[in-house]
Amino acid sequence: MSTITTSRSGLRTNRAKIVPTFILVIGAVYCLIPVAWVFMAATKAPGELFSSFTFSPGSGLVANLTSLFSYNDGTYGLWAANSLLYAGVGGVASTLVSAAAGYALAKFQFVGGRLFFGALLAGLLIPGITLAVPQYLLLSDVHLAGTRLSVLLPSIISPFGIYLCRVQANGAIAQEALEAARIDGANEWRIFRSIALPLMVPGMVTVFLLQFVGIWNNFLLPYIMLSDQSTFPLTVGLSQLLNQGSGSPALYSLAIIGAAVAILPLIALVLFLQRFWRLDLVSGGVKG
Amino acid sequence: MFNPFENGNSPVTQAIVAPEATRESAVRGTGKVRRRRRRTIAPYLLSAPAILLYLAFTVIPVFYALGSSFFAQRLTGGGVLGIKKTVFVAFDNYLSVFQDTALVGGLGRLVIYGIIAVPLTLGLALLFALLLDAPGSRLRGFSRTTIFIPYAVPGVVAALMWGFMYLPSTSPFSYVTRQLGLGSIPFLEPHGLFGAFANISIWGGIGFNMLIIFTSLQSIPSELVEAARVDGASEVQIALRVKVPLVAPALVLTSIFGILGALQLYGEPTMLKPMTNSISDTWAPLMTIYRDAFTLDNLPAAAAASMILAIGTAIVSLAALASVRGLTRRNNA
Repeated sequence: MSTITTSRSGLRTNRAKIVPTFILVIGAVYCLIPVAWVFMAATKAPGELFSSFTFSPGSGLVANLTSLFSYNDGTYGLWAANSLLYAGVGGVASTLVSAAAGYALAKFQFVGGRLFFGALLAGLLIPGITLAVPQYLLLSDVHLAGTRLSVLLPSIISPFGIYLCRVQANGAIAQEALEAARIDGANEWRIFRSIALPLMVPGMVTVFLLQFVGIWNNFLLPYIMLSDQSTFPLTVGLSQLLNQGSGSPALYSLAIIGAAVAILPLIALVLFLQRFWRLDLVSGGVKG
Repeated sequence: MFNPFENGNSPVTQAIVAPEATRESAVRGTGKVRRRRRRTIAPYLLSAPAILLYLAFTVIPVFYALGSSFFAQRLTGGGVLGIKKTVFVAFDNYLSVFQDTALVGGLGRLVIYGIIAVPLTLGLALLFALLLDAPGSRLRGFSRTTIFIPYAVPGVVAALMWGFMYLPSTSPFSYVTRQLGLGSIPFLEPHGLFGAFANISIWGGIGFNMLIIFTSLQSIPSELVEAARVDGASEVQIALRVKVPLVAPALVLTSIFGILGALQLYGEPTMLKPMTNSISDTWAPLMTIYRDAFTLDNLPAAAAASMILAIGTAIVSLAALASVRGLTRRNNA
């Protein structure tokens, strides 16, 4: 009698473990399928793409890579460099601007501060297209549309980044530390640089990663701003490649290997930097 | 010049500052923390870059779009010899937005897509977050990392990858159904497109939302969960009655971001357009706005449509905020 009870409860514990694990693994497989497919398809020669079973590897990896990087005199490498430039420079600049503004909004009461913060929160709700079209026209007026600056400059301002830096500054910097430094005669710039900034680093890393990935993945803004192939980031370049390739297996192969090469470094970066994320800033940020 | 805000002891400022100061002192346990208003230009200098960029790339463009939405290019003088002149037309552009069948049709498609994509993304993100947080689950590190991978894939690249998996000639799914004698799956046919786009956005959105909700779950005091367990609540009951109400703020945030993302559907249909004839250049509202602005050179129409989209976005987001708050209040009561 007692043995039956034990085995029954053992069964129940097992089921309590198996069901959640099973669902999680299904989710993981779902997320991996397209990535696995694109890496498999990247190994196929153009002829094999439509003829062999989609998940079996092909024999054209090296040839695909060669034709990808020699396409149009190495345009693909340029696209990758542009993506790195927009996301890297834009991400760093955005983080610094957000940190300074977030600190000011958290630690000072100043005329217009509340108005600015309210305007920032409202800005979160404005769809990209509402801004991108007039941004393009305004930048055309100052002859910047079509240049790399036209993608970089609008990427620097991030209402969400400023909001997160404000949350971080509120939580991490004790008012007493600032007061003590002031009594010791430090000027405000020095206080910001040597007391506030170091304490805000965890939040700033989070903002940088969000911005880097956000700018790298952005399509609409560069698509609207740029017309010269040599200034395209990867997203716009790949879309153009696919657009030209309608029906042509050779260009389809290029688009597929191009996608595989494009996502590899970003997946590596995100997985590596995951541990430095402070997502509690995001999740705890909005109090109901 | 008299400035009521210059004096830190004015009743107005105190009223504004007081609640925050009290909260801070209560938290830190020190009675004397208070924010003094200092006459310093430091906050202005620190926020100057942000304010200038925000003015240049958000405030001015919004007002520019708003302004141009009230004007139109009209022929004056009559006949072929008429001159194009910019005239004030008040709300005419807004009225024609609602009469534009391409745009209204696009909005309808967007709503169907959003109703599929947003709840499924958030529901699955919440489910996975709760499972990661449940005591029995195995392979947590692996699942968490793997489900997060799509976050690193740009939306248009995800569309490209899924596009090939939808295309009958390269799709592994259609390969299987064909072997079974069922024919190809109509992912890229007019009715299949809703699910096809929703799937791309669900795939890309689950991971990030899951991590936000999971981070929020981990900040729940373990005593609360233990107490419920001692009272005999099952893990499912604990998840639904204890954990979900406590992570409501994270759910509000993720649902607003989800709605904002869904309303901006653009890159995915643009990317898949070369693969099928079912996607017109007005399939999504943003595609129509882009066409009006850059192909048809009808900027006022594009401006009016994008203002309507912005207002609609704000209304839907605030409604989501209100309804989630209402739900949690009922749950807590």
